[in-house]
Amino acid sequence: MQHETVEKNVGLMVALVLVAISFGGLVEIVPLFAQDEVTEPIEGLEPHNALVLEGRDIYIREGCHVCHTQMVRPLRAEVERYGPYSQAGEDVYEHPFLWGSKRTGPDLARVGQRYSDEWQKAHLYNPRSVVPESNMPAFPWLFEWTVDGSKTGAKMAALRRVGVPYTDEQIANAESEVDGVAEIDALVAYLQQLGTLVTGR
Amino acid sequence: MSSFWSAYIFILTGISIVGLAILITLTRRMKDPGGEGASTTGHSFDGIEEFNNPLPKWWLNLFWITIVFAVLYLIAYPVGNWDGVLNWTSQKELTDAQIAHDRRYGEIYERLASMPVEDLSDNPQAMRIGQRLFEDNCALCHGQAGQGSYGFPNLTDNDWLYGGSGETIKASLVNGRRGQMPAWGDALGAQGVRAVTEYVMQLSNQDNVNASLARQGEALYNASCVACHAENGTGNQGLGAPNLTDNVWLYRIPGESIRDSVQYTLNNGRAGNMPAWQNILGEERVHILAGYVYNMSNQ
Repeated sequence: MQHETVEKNVGLMVALVLVAISFGGLVEIVPLFAQDEVTEPIEGLEPHNALVLEGRDIYIREGCHVCHTQMVRPLRAEVERYGPYSQAGEDVYEHPFLWGSKRTGPDLARVGQRYSDEWQKAHLYNPRSVVPESNMPAFPWLFEWTVDGSKTGAKMAALRRVGVPYTDEQIANAESEVDGVAEIDALVAYLQQLGTLVTGR
Repeated sequence: MSSFWSAYIFILTGISIVGLAILITLTRRMKDPGGEGASTTGHSFDGIEEFNNPLPKWWLNLFWITIVFAVLYLIAYPVGNWDGVLNWTSQKELTDAQIAHDRRYGEIYERLASMPVEDLSDNPQAMRIGQRLFEDNCALCHGQAGQGSYGFPNLTDNDWLYGGSGETIKASLVNGRRGQMPAWGDALGAQGVRAVTEYVMQLSNQDNVNASLARQGEALYNASCVACHAENGTGNQGLGAPNLTDNVWLYRIPGESIRDSVQYTLNNGRAGNMPAWQNILGEERVHILAGYVYNMSNQ
């Protein structure tokens, strides 16, 4: 076979490109579906409650994941600074996961309970008030805006479709739990539970 | 993962490696007729034609080298339940790095952790380690130099909510602290809050205190506040109830008058929360950190 045969037949080339790419996927991705370490939740993992779920959506909406990763890699320096390295089983209920790849700010995978709610709020209202050298944007509107709970139950139902074990009761109560709550409280609730299941050093 | 998946990965990877080798063999053109005899690609632009020469040898060999590398890589590193010739795992790499670190520094941490917190002040090594730990973990709330800010205590002065001995500082770090000032707005009423505010200001000798209101406030204080803040406002470090006589105001927004700040506190209450660090940093580092914080206020 001459390379010009491939180069001059776009159909054949497309077919071969697809074969080449699917080999990558078949080898790199498919075996993960059969790996318990990846698909099984770690001990004690519960689906996010309504408030935390809404907080997570605010986290996504405000683009926190653009500057903050949620992935402590198994390297000594990272474990020293952030805590135990991240495990796949911690994120089985995350759709989509928020590992990120760019650290403009510090990693947040283990930030839960590290600082007080008051600090998180002061810091989100104006980061410079507590960390003068910070270049993080301020998010003062989170203190005024409130959560619209009308879609929370539907979000949970959608997550249940992809394997998050929400109960009917949780879905039914979701709206009343979060509707009208200040967005800052939802976001702080989300931050304070991040990575708290794996402790120690 | 079962050996099925190891075999699956090996076979697919093997097929693609062999496939690439076949592809290279089939598409290279070994014979280089050279010069005028060489065929062209058929592309012609302004009379300029392109020779259809084979790849240079060294270039072709790079392809072969990548194929050899792929085979070696495949058997060297773990695939499914095959551990690989090198027996490498990322966990092991981390553990090895930690063991190497402990071998080098463990003795230092151990030695410093066995010294009383107060004595660490005189140890430059402990202070250097402490400073690094402080800046990484504590400076977010308490400030780079421990100067504190609104709601987060200043650690460089000698005013302590829970006590400033080495062991109390360490206890604050180990278990954290939860301060709770209840809201008195409803119980005291607007007039009562104003009166108690005047009395609290009088305790720390502020100017322009309304003396008659303060007298009313004293009675209310002795009924409601005295249990935690003690008689004459000297506070109670066992409860973390601040001393009201020392003119240190944790919850005073810069520029706010003391009167407004105290009144707000009485009306709405305050809640302070120092997280527990023992689990995050471990005993030895917390001990050194306590020494660093002790040193901040005793320099």
